[in-house]
Parts: sequence; C-alpha cells; structure tokens
Amino acid sequence: MGRITLEQVTKSFGETQVIPPLDLTIEDGEFAVFVGPSGCGKSTLLRLIAGLEDVTSGEIRIDGNAATSLAPAKRGLAMVFQSYALYPHMSVRKNIAFPLRMAKLDQAEIDRRVNGAADVLNLTDYLDRRPGQLSGGQRQRVAIGRAIVREPAAFLFDEPLSNLDAALRVGMRLEISELHERLKTTMIYVTHDQVEAMTMADKIVVLRAGHIEQVGSPLDLYRAPRNLFVAGFIGSPKMNFIIGAEAAKHDAHTIGVRPEHIEVSDSEGMWSGVVGVSEHLGSDTFFHIHDTGLADTLTVRAGGEVGFKHGDRIHLTPRADVIHRFDANGLRLA
Amino acid sequence: MARAVTPRRKLVNTGLAWAVGLLIFFPILWTILTSFKTEGQAIASPPIFLGFDWTLENYSVVMERSDYGRFLMNSIIIAGGSTILGLIVAVPAAWSMAFVPSQRTKDILLWMLSTKMLPAVGVLYPIYLLFIQLGLLDSRAGLVVVMMLINLPIIVWMLYTYFREIPGEILEAARMDGATLKEEVLYILTPMAIPGIASTMLLNFILAWNEAFWTLNLTAVDAAPLTAFIASYSSPEGLFFAKLSAASTMAIAPILILGWFSQKQLVRGLTFGAVK
Repeated sequence: MGRITLEQVTKSFGETQVIPPLDLTIEDGEFAVFVGPSGCGKSTLLRLIAGLEDVTSGEIRIDGNAATSLAPAKRGLAMVFQSYALYPHMSVRKNIAFPLRMAKLDQAEIDRRVNGAADVLNLTDYLDRRPGQLSGGQRQRVAIGRAIVREPAAFLFDEPLSNLDAALRVGMRLEISELHERLKTTMIYVTHDQVEAMTMADKIVVLRAGHIEQVGSPLDLYRAPRNLFVAGFIGSPKMNFIIGAEAAKHDAHTIGVRPEHIEVSDSEGMWSGVVGVSEHLGSDTFFHIHDTGLADTLTVRAGGEVGFKHGDRIHLTPRADVIHRFDANGLRLA
Repeated sequence: MARAVTPRRKLVNTGLAWAVGLLIFFPILWTILTSFKTEGQAIASPPIFLGFDWTLENYSVVMERSDYGRFLMNSIIIAGGSTILGLIVAVPAAWSMAFVPSQRTKDILLWMLSTKMLPAVGVLYPIYLLFIQLGLLDSRAGLVVVMMLINLPIIVWMLYTYFREIPGEILEAARMDGATLKEEVLYILTPMAIPGIASTMLLNFILAWNEAFWTLNLTAVDAAPLTAFIASYSSPEGLFFAKLSAASTMAIAPILILGWFSQKQLVRGLTFGAVK
C-alpha cells in the first residue's frame, strides 16, 4: 500500500519560502509526475516526501500514518536519483543487496530478492561488475533494482532519465512504465520534461514557484489547462497565445491555440502570415509563421508532406472548438 | 592545437628537471656520503666527493654511544599516535563541514589554517608552562597531543577536500537504504575516501616525524625522538661531521624509505583535490 498525503506542507530555507502551504494526495498504485520548470520546487517536494529534507510545517502521511518526523529509511519508500547514486566501490550485486543488508535480512532471502530483481531488469550477467564498468542505461537499471528489492510502499524518481541520451531515454521510459504496470506500486516521478510527464503519468502535478498550478490526468491538462502557465507548459510545441482584437472577438483577454489545431492552406483562411523557419520531422512539419499581426510568431503543425518554403505567404484557420480562452489574470474562462 | 614539443625541447626540459631534482637532493646525498667518511675526510678541503676510504666506523660509534632503538620507537609512537588521534578528531569534523556545512564553515576552515601561520615560538612559553603544570614534559603522551594539534588543520583541510569530492546523493541513497550514520560512514564514506585518508595519514606521519621545534623543546630523555637523536650529535665540544651525518642518515632513513614506496599517494595528497 502506498497512499501519500501532504497536508499544509511548507518548506523554507532560511528566510526564503520555497514551498508555500500545499495539499496533495497521491493514491495507492498511482503514477504521479511532478513537472515544472527548473527551480519550481518539484525536487524539494520529492525530498520532503523522502525525508531527506525536513518540512518546516505541515503533515506528511503514508497510508494514513504520520511520517513527518520519520527517518528516510523508516518511511518505506525507495528513491532513484538523477545521478544514479550507486556505490562505486561495490559490485552490482552488493549495490542491490545493500538496503537488504541494512535491514538485516538473512543471506538466502537477500540472494533470492537480488536474483529476482536482476532477472526482471536484465542485469543477471552484470552482477559481479562494478558500476564504473556499466553503461548509463545499465547503471540506471541497477539503481532501480536497488529500489525494487526493498518492496517499498512507493518509488520516488528524481529526474532519473536526464543523464541518458535521447534514444535510451525513450527505452527507459517504457521500461519504467512497464514496471509500474507489473508492480502496481505507487510511483512519484519528478521531471522537467513534459513529454515524460504526458507519456507516463496517471496524474500530473504542475508546479511553479512551489505552488501547484494544476493536478489532473495528462489529457485533462491538455484539453482544459486551468491557466496560461499550464497551457504553455503542457503540449509540444507550445500553445500559441494571441491577445488584443482577435482575442476580444472571443470575449477573452487572451486566446490559446495549439499548433496542431491550426489548418494551413495556400489559398484561403482566417489569418495569414509568412513562413519563417520550417522544422521537418518526416511525420510532421512545424512552421514558424511571422507577420500575422496576431503575435510575434505562430507555430503550426502540418503533415510531413506539406512543402511551404521560407517566405511563402500562407493562410491559417484555427479549429473553433479547441480555442482556449483566458481572462486578464491568465485564468481559464469556462 | 596541441602545443608542439620538439625532441630538443624535451631534452632540455628533462635536463632541467634532473638538475633541479639533484640540487634539492644534494644535501641529503652529501650527508649520506659524509657518514661513510672518517672525521678527517669529512672536513677535508677541498671536499672529497667519492674518492675516500669507505668506512662504517661512524655507524658503530653512534650505535655504541646512544640507544638508537629507543629514539626510533619514540619517533614511531609520536608520529603514529598523533596521526591516529588526528584522524579520530578530523574525520567527524571534515564530515560535518563537507556534508552539513553552515554559513560559517568556510570561516572556520580559514581560521584553522590561519593558526598554521603563527610562529610556533609564539606559543612555546604558554605550552611549556602548561606541560609543567600537567606533568607532561618529556612525555610521549604530551608530544602526541601537541603534534596532533599542530597538524590538525592540515588533516581537516585535506579530508574536507577529499570528502567534498564524494557526491552527497550517494550518502543520501545510503540513508534511504536504511544505513545509520555509523553504517554510512563505515560502509560508504570511508571506503570511497580510502585513497584520500591514506594520503592524509602518510603526509601527517611524515610531518610529525620531521618536526623538530616542539620535540627538541619539550623532550629531554624519555620521550626524545630521532630529531633529538640528531641534535645530540651537534655537540658543543667540537663538531663531528661524520658522526652527525651517520646519525642524520639513520634518523631519516625510515621516513625516506616510506616516502619512496608511497610516492604516488603522496603526490596525490599534496595536490589536494585540485587535479581530479
């Protein structure tokens, strides 16, 4: 079981309050992702849950039990660090066995669990190597193995993939998702990468300056962002924002249109502009359009075969049903 | 572009390095050579470099006249004891400074180092009086403590620099894995810092072995180490260069051999954490 509740939790470093009073519940078995720009407090929040930092005020409960003043190891949580934090002087086997050794389990049980984890993570052939002899992806698996063997109430991941190259990152993302499917254990995952958040999460928690901006499923956040910050943060490429007369037509201070919700045409449309940079991905093409009179640049997603060139004047039509409206304070209008 | 090194330039550089090395080593070499001369040859003018009658007479006289073993034992106890005591004090100090620093940590480190800038003779009088009061004069225990205190700033600095190289996340991982503070230091920190601790121990041992000011001033007979053994041969009734050289050679031989075998560690230790 791993239901984690935060009640009015705050954290200050000296005079600076990095987490203002915050309430949050992560249900048992849920895959929750904390996402936000760097410095938004997402790692601090994870470290508070882990017990590596002390809360300034408020309560943390794990399965209903007060955990606020428990030592990290007593909370029944396992953590995977960004730098992997493997013990360089120990073999893979000893690394994975370390938490079990600390828990004073008998050797037969330690062997059984270590071999089980190595089997799940394809590490059996590497058990006698040192971390220094492994690739980045393998090291990450060892770190995950060290977390799995403890059979924790929840896993905490602190940007675990940011040290891996792009191809490996996609692979590990799938592996972690599969692991979650298999174990059904609560996972809390911190990342600044909204793609990781969208693809892995059951629940995304968007943070800015220690505040929770919105909590919801990936599609909730995509379809109905509560404010301009979430609207701009979730979705890639970023949502286009238009202010002024065009927004006023929709009774809003600002309107937002996602690049994938704009039709392009060489003959007719609601808006028009000049093609600047085009990014050809094969499957898709992203056009950056200037001189629309609406915003500095509008980003538009079109099919991979669409072949407008730099300097072409083209016409744009937003899909009326997916225009997001925001008031002067940046909040979503119903 | 990589800087081009011509064979000629390499030759000149190698020659220069050897020249500087020999210049530094020459006094030691001369001492060793003199220890095998007769007293007459030792003061001959012009000096004789190698063409003298090699003799072991000085060594046998020195062994006969004084109890080398006792001096040696005192040196080992004072240098070894102060090193071990210093580590016991410095490891926790460096741990807290490296992993739970406060706003004042840098100031404390600098202040500790600043005590090394004080001329030792400035505190000789108070320490001498303290030693009389405490009955520590000419005792090995007293010297172990003084020697430890003198080298403590260096030990703390070195260990601090080594500990700083160990990523904090690894210690946090150990904490998450259920290691107590003791287990964290024992199973994670110490094994990872072993090279650093070894260099620190070695350097401290050598510094304590070679230290002469305090050992000469605070000992007489019972606790006198090899520095006092050397000094006892620069006697007022006339200089006996050959015997003084034999005594010096015997005093520096153990540390010279230790240094030779641990060159790699020492170089690493002396460059601190500057070159990773």
